[in-house]
Amino acid sequence: MIEHLPALMIAVPLFGAFTTPLLKKNYKAAAVWATLITAVTLGMSLLLVREVLIREIMVYVFGADKPTLVLPSGYRVPIRIIFEVDAMGALMALSATLMSFIGALYSYSHVRNETGLEKYYALLLLLEVGILGMVLTGDLFNLFVFLEIAGIAGSALVGFRNYRGEASEAGIKYLIVSSVASLMVLFSIGLLYGEYGNLNIAYLSTQIGFNTVDIIALGILFTSFAMKCGSVPTHHWVPDAYTEVPSGINPTLLVATYASLYALFRVSFSLFGKVSSEMSSVGWIMCVLGVLTMFIGVTMALVQKDVKRLMSYHAISQTGYMLLGVGVGLAVLNDPAKLAAFGRDAMAGGIFHIINHIIYKSLLLMTAGALFYVTGTRNLNEMGGLARKMPYTTVAFIVGAAAISGIPPFNGFASKFLIYETAYQLNPLLAIFAMVTSVLTLASFVKVFASAFLGPPVKEYENVREVPRSMVIAMIILAVLCILFGLFPNVVLDKLVYPAVDALLNLSGYQTWGGVL
Amino acid sequence: MNNVILVNLPFIVVALLLAVGFYTIGFKRNLIKVVIGIEILEGAVNLFLITLGYVKGAYAPIYTMAPKEAVNNMVLPTPQALTLTSIVIGVAVSALMLAFAVNIYEHYGTLDVTKVRRLKG
Amino acid sequence: MNWLESLTLKSPAGFWNPLLWLLFLIIFAIIGYIIYSRGNKGYKPNTEQVKPFISGNAVEDIEQIRVRASDIYWGFIEALKGYYTILMRMHTGDMRDYVLWYLGVGAIILFILVGGV
Repeated sequence: MIEHLPALMIAVPLFGAFTTPLLKKNYKAAAVWATLITAVTLGMSLLLVREVLIREIMVYVFGADKPTLVLPSGYRVPIRIIFEVDAMGALMALSATLMSFIGALYSYSHVRNETGLEKYYALLLLLEVGILGMVLTGDLFNLFVFLEIAGIAGSALVGFRNYRGEASEAGIKYLIVSSVASLMVLFSIGLLYGEYGNLNIAYLSTQIGFNTVDIIALGILFTSFAMKCGSVPTHHWVPDAYTEVPSGINPTLLVATYASLYALFRVSFSLFGKVSSEMSSVGWIMCVLGVLTMFIGVTMALVQKDVKRLMSYHAISQTGYMLLGVGVGLAVLNDPAKLAAFGRDAMAGGIFHIINHIIYKSLLLMTAGALFYVTGTRNLNEMGGLARKMPYTTVAFIVGAAAISGIPPFNGFASKFLIYETAYQLNPLLAIFAMVTSVLTLASFVKVFASAFLGPPVKEYENVREVPRSMVIAMIILAVLCILFGLFPNVVLDKLVYPAVDALLNLSGYQTWGGVL
Repeated sequence: MNNVILVNLPFIVVALLLAVGFYTIGFKRNLIKVVIGIEILEGAVNLFLITLGYVKGAYAPIYTMAPKEAVNNMVLPTPQALTLTSIVIGVAVSALMLAFAVNIYEHYGTLDVTKVRRLKG
Repeated sequence: MNWLESLTLKSPAGFWNPLLWLLFLIIFAIIGYIIYSRGNKGYKPNTEQVKPFISGNAVEDIEQIRVRASDIYWGFIEALKGYYTILMRMHTGDMRDYVLWYLGVGAIILFILVGGV
């Protein structure tokens, strides 16, 4: 079974997604079934991480006699769809399955009073399939198909509460942006296929040269994936989509955004590895996008009144940190001395920030969902003095707000520490922007805390109580993870992050399918 | 000169369709026209994929009852499979977008893009 | 001391050790508690001591005078008014602008990569 793990990780949630609509009469059974399927997938992804750490790259060929038969007899190029899982893909798969499980657990109580719930859980499982397909695949067209699956399932979930006009507006905005980006990705896949006749990422990376058509394909792929991961100035869809989606889907939708960030890294480091190691302008574009994203994201967040919209602008600004960290590594790819001195640590900071951010941003968005569940509104001007009545939510919020501002001992500090120090060595101005952004982030979370949790109690919310147990359990699990990752960052760095960085930098290992040849 | 244009005519049409598609999405006010713009973009990309597979003077890639000279002289079949997948994805996207447009009309009373703007700032 | 080394996160110019941080936290918390315990013990809750005092004027109903979320950073936003007007004009909420920004950024990135700069 270990051999077939990459295929099972797509098959099990897909089976769950197709059988959940059968449980139409009994919504609780649908919720329990979805939680069970996501828990099984989480177990499988832990096994996958363990296998990939031992073997370095795991290859699965669909339709061949043995799963590792990349080149059948007589062929010199790969012809079937190949899943190629390295440590970076395994890390993203682990975060996707963990967040889907936490989201399903939280949704058990959060959307209890809505109708059409069997469709909700089926779409959640389909979104998880889309993300897992994107991060495990080694074939370009397969990447496009799973990108579209994640986009369609995600936008259907954004428009789930269709008794509100704003939800449909956010849904159509997300769908338009997602379709335009995916169609342009397909266009550049067509460009590459027309030139080289093959769709396998590892094979294409050996063939790509410096001619104009390839550089145009790189530019289109870079922009489309940068739009799908919410970098400024193409970030406008992120606040609309993250505000209107039900809070149980927020963790999974967040991982879908970072799966597009993973696709951006895969394109820059593996597919166009030859081009990136010669032209440092690719890395500098990523750094500049990162700094712009950080600053504009946080200054827009400071003036918002809607609590979920404020948190989604912060999600945009933290994406800037990841782009900055990995961009520093990409910019010094052609200089081995600088790469060993600070490039590798910068990339480790950026990739560690991905998993840290997913954990604490999901925690914060779930506390915002808890505030919405209890008070019925998302407007911060109307809330006040809720700390006495909702103690667990308050503690979870404090942990999340301290983590996002980079305060020790939480996990945000560990990754931001690496990013500050290494970005300074590339250019001091980048580190200054990063630190000012941290201060403004703390400022806006002090605003949310003071207005929603502290202060005199408001008359309307005199009789509110703490949120139901499944929501509290989901939030406490993430808060504990925040504290653990912050106190023992070395465990996560050595076991998960540095193997991922080395997998991205090791182009020749990727090109030979991990030595299976 | 004429031959170059004639041979590359599908690619010129793809470029024109991309331009028309982006113009419709970017500058038209009715929401249905924006959805149609996305469908035009999709048609352009599908046409591009199909055109990539053409081999001059070759036959359709079917082996059943194929004529004798067609066996090693077939058009590339992979782009045809890619285009079919893309058409199906496009159907799903268009259906979902139009469903959202119907719901927006019900709640906002208008389909003007400049008025469907409650989520701003 | 091998396990102590394994808990330290090293970066190019410094290090982060959570146990050392915890040790300093405990020391400073003890110092803070010693200073607190030497304070004034005359606090009586739920008496006249805890009501707000505005120079003897009448205190209005709390709903009218509490500080709301939009008013908290008034000074900061007023000082950066020019920057915020430009930023708010960028965020129109019009869905056609989302695609037009994509075309603009795509053109700039292609121009830089193909070698214009």
